[in-house]
Amino acid sequence: MSRVLVGVKRVIDYAVKIRVKPDHSGVVTDGVKHSMNPFCEIAVEEAVKLKEKKFIKEVVAVSCGPTQVTETIRTALAMGCDRGIHVEVSGKDYEAMGPLQIAKIFAALAKKEEASLVILGKQAIDDDCNQTGQMTAALLDWPQGTFASEVTIDGEKVKVVREIDGGLETIKISMPAVLTADLRLNTPRYATLPNIMKAKKKKIANMKPADLGVDMVSRVEVLRVDEPPTRLAGVKVETVDDLVAKLKANGTI
Amino acid sequence: MLIHTMFPASRYSIQAQRCIRALKTVKADHAPPQLYTWRWKCSSAVTPRITSHYTICPRDKDPRWEGVEMERFADEADVVIVGGGPAGLSAAIRLKQLANEQEKDLRVCLVEKASQIGAHTLSGACLEPSALNELFSDWKERGAPLNTPVTEDVFSLLTKKYRIPVPMLPGLPMNNHGNYIVRLGHFVRWLGEQAEELGVEIYPGYAAAEVLFHEDGSVKGIATNDVGIAKDGSPKDVFERGMELHAKVTLFGEGCHGHLAKQLYRQFNLRENCEPQTYAIGLKEVWLIDEKKWRPGRVEHSVGWPLNRNTYGGSFLYHLNEGEPLVALGFVVGLDYTNPYLSPFREFQRWKHHPFIAKTLEGGNRIAYGARALNEGGYQCLPKVTFPGGMLIGCSPGFMNVPKIKGTHTAMKSGMLAAEAIFPKVTAKDLASETAGLHVPEYEDNLKKSWIWKELYSVRNIRPSFHNYFGLYGGMVYTGVFYWILRGKEPWTLKHAGLDSAQLRPAKECTAIEYPKPDGKLSFDLLSSVALSGTNHEGDQPPHLTLKDDSVPVANNLAIYDGPEQRFCPAGVYEYVPLETGEGMRLQINAQNCVHCKTCDIKDPSQNINWVVPEGSGGPAYNGM
Repeated sequence: MSRVLVGVKRVIDYAVKIRVKPDHSGVVTDGVKHSMNPFCEIAVEEAVKLKEKKFIKEVVAVSCGPTQVTETIRTALAMGCDRGIHVEVSGKDYEAMGPLQIAKIFAALAKKEEASLVILGKQAIDDDCNQTGQMTAALLDWPQGTFASEVTIDGEKVKVVREIDGGLETIKISMPAVLTADLRLNTPRYATLPNIMKAKKKKIANMKPADLGVDMVSRVEVLRVDEPPTRLAGVKVETVDDLVAKLKANGTI
Repeated sequence: MLIHTMFPASRYSIQAQRCIRALKTVKADHAPPQLYTWRWKCSSAVTPRITSHYTICPRDKDPRWEGVEMERFADEADVVIVGGGPAGLSAAIRLKQLANEQEKDLRVCLVEKASQIGAHTLSGACLEPSALNELFSDWKERGAPLNTPVTEDVFSLLTKKYRIPVPMLPGLPMNNHGNYIVRLGHFVRWLGEQAEELGVEIYPGYAAAEVLFHEDGSVKGIATNDVGIAKDGSPKDVFERGMELHAKVTLFGEGCHGHLAKQLYRQFNLRENCEPQTYAIGLKEVWLIDEKKWRPGRVEHSVGWPLNRNTYGGSFLYHLNEGEPLVALGFVVGLDYTNPYLSPFREFQRWKHHPFIAKTLEGGNRIAYGARALNEGGYQCLPKVTFPGGMLIGCSPGFMNVPKIKGTHTAMKSGMLAAEAIFPKVTAKDLASETAGLHVPEYEDNLKKSWIWKELYSVRNIRPSFHNYFGLYGGMVYTGVFYWILRGKEPWTLKHAGLDSAQLRPAKECTAIEYPKPDGKLSFDLLSSVALSGTNHEGDQPPHLTLKDDSVPVANNLAIYDGPEQRFCPAGVYEYVPLETGEGMRLQINAQNCVHCKTCDIKDPSQNINWVVPEGSGGPAYNGM
């Protein structure tokens, strides 16, 4: 087992108040504070931990997007990844980019880099899709360990404890595999300044989706983005009869 | 009773004695998480522990820190700059311009506590392009975001319902002909891009937490903040020490009331020949208004309502011209106000209801909020700005021209002058210096010969002229007579009122102010405003609003001044809440809300609050404020 691919996504910081663009085509991103997707941070931390335990030799951080995503790759490098790959996607292609396109890119890269593991965050906090990991595994025809809260490498197999609705499920899958990180997998380390300085010397390779034979055409078109409706105040009723009357009055029953 | 023999000096109320007895019977592992300390000076109440930061609770005697690796990684640069604002960036740019011109190598490192350059920048702002023209004569071609030249300038004296127009005669300090309305955060971001292109190493997200000293007492550099300390002050698994950046000269451009500058003033006695700095708090919002009401390039200022004539302050409202119908508006209140019931935030909110302002905002949407303290002292409050190993630039020493309501151009110029003074010394082949850290007194000489000094000298008497019985009206008369006619050539220099924190009168001598409830359309509540600032901090870290003595807030601030920090903090950090264990109140510090405005450090009547820098990249997420 030699190489792990980790996906990192640059998203709007979770504490920022989102504003919908006046033309309702999307949200305002210009100048807004961005940071690495929290689940991607957990994925990077897991990959670096596996390297520190000597299960793998090299961690490669990958991000897709315009030039700004190199900042996110640098943070991953500062956390301990060895090198980075920046897949350049900008303009209309970037706005239309979704899990399927990313999955195709990762599948192509996993084959090209001969990765034993692809570790991703379970979902991104901007679109909440929770699809990229699963699609990547399907395109590669690899087993998948999603919502991982514990990962142990056991020879040629990986034992994954998954957080599911009913509790915790433990599975054993063979490598190469795709894993997606859930919240309790680990606590990501800080990217300290000396490591950021060292990361400037680490390599980030540049490529385009076309170089990987990936077609970025999206079959999904965003028609309109709106703010959620303002939450109305609740109404308190005194008796059950009042409740039934109110529900009948507004047509619910 | 047993307790009186064990602690004879204190007098405990019945409730406190019951409390102490209850705590003694509780097993250690079931004890409540708060640590209770008894203060001899304090009253009969039990004070819950609030402060756990290492600047107040040292780690060398703390058993939880035994065996933790405290060694720091160190790196050397030629010049280190603290603060990525207009002053810091201008200094960095000027240094690199000189280095490139003269083909010399110079390593310039800049650290900034915000996660990205511009995220902690907040200002009106009307930029006078004088310093920018000197820094980049081709700023237009480089794409500097000065998109809104000022087209009209309106000044009003407001009463509760009406508006008295005040003529904007040419020659008055606040006349804006030739200036640009800018979103300073975007301008600072652009400066950051120019600096990076020139080769400055910029590290956003890393706060300078400590000043380092050589053995001879000169400044050696700074150390960035430690990370991974839990709320109770103990080390977490992810604990990492900060890094040391050593330099021949360190420039401190932390902005108004910097926390490292506060330390340097004491260390090098820089304030012995000047008056204590006096401040104001500025609160700002950005609104998307109805297109029909939008008049790009229009500058509006007002004084008067809702402040009384003895409280210094006023408002601004600028119409931006950047595509969308945006206005930047805000309210400034001098922090030498005397009534502890005054809430600058609520004054701001109720000012928006004045018919002259409301008519612009009706039908609009608020999209941003923030606040920051600013300097009002001017010439009389300028400290010594150089010391062995470093110097102070920008709003930190405080070059703001108060009646002009502008400080960006002077901050930039001070950074440039610092760079020009340092450059020959730092690149000299034989560095003959008395101290290990370079002392560059030429910077202060250059300042005194520059237009900054002339400007600040000519307006030095305007702000202090408000300290008379007629307050605002006296000040306006003085400005009209002495500034407009004599341009500040009068031979006397008026004094300010003294420390802002000493100006508050006890609550019982003052009347509470009845503020109207926010209507949710023009005026808003505090918490929804704080949410708009995008501020956040890692929750599990010691509160960075440290108290020198945890018992003072209840004993002094609450008892005498009715807790003014609940009102002057624009982010709702301070709250007095009832004690869980019975009677009495305690101070709750919601450090995560902090927007780094520094008002509490300035206005606390007990001067007990010491703002220190939290983990880097925490704080507001302003976008073009």
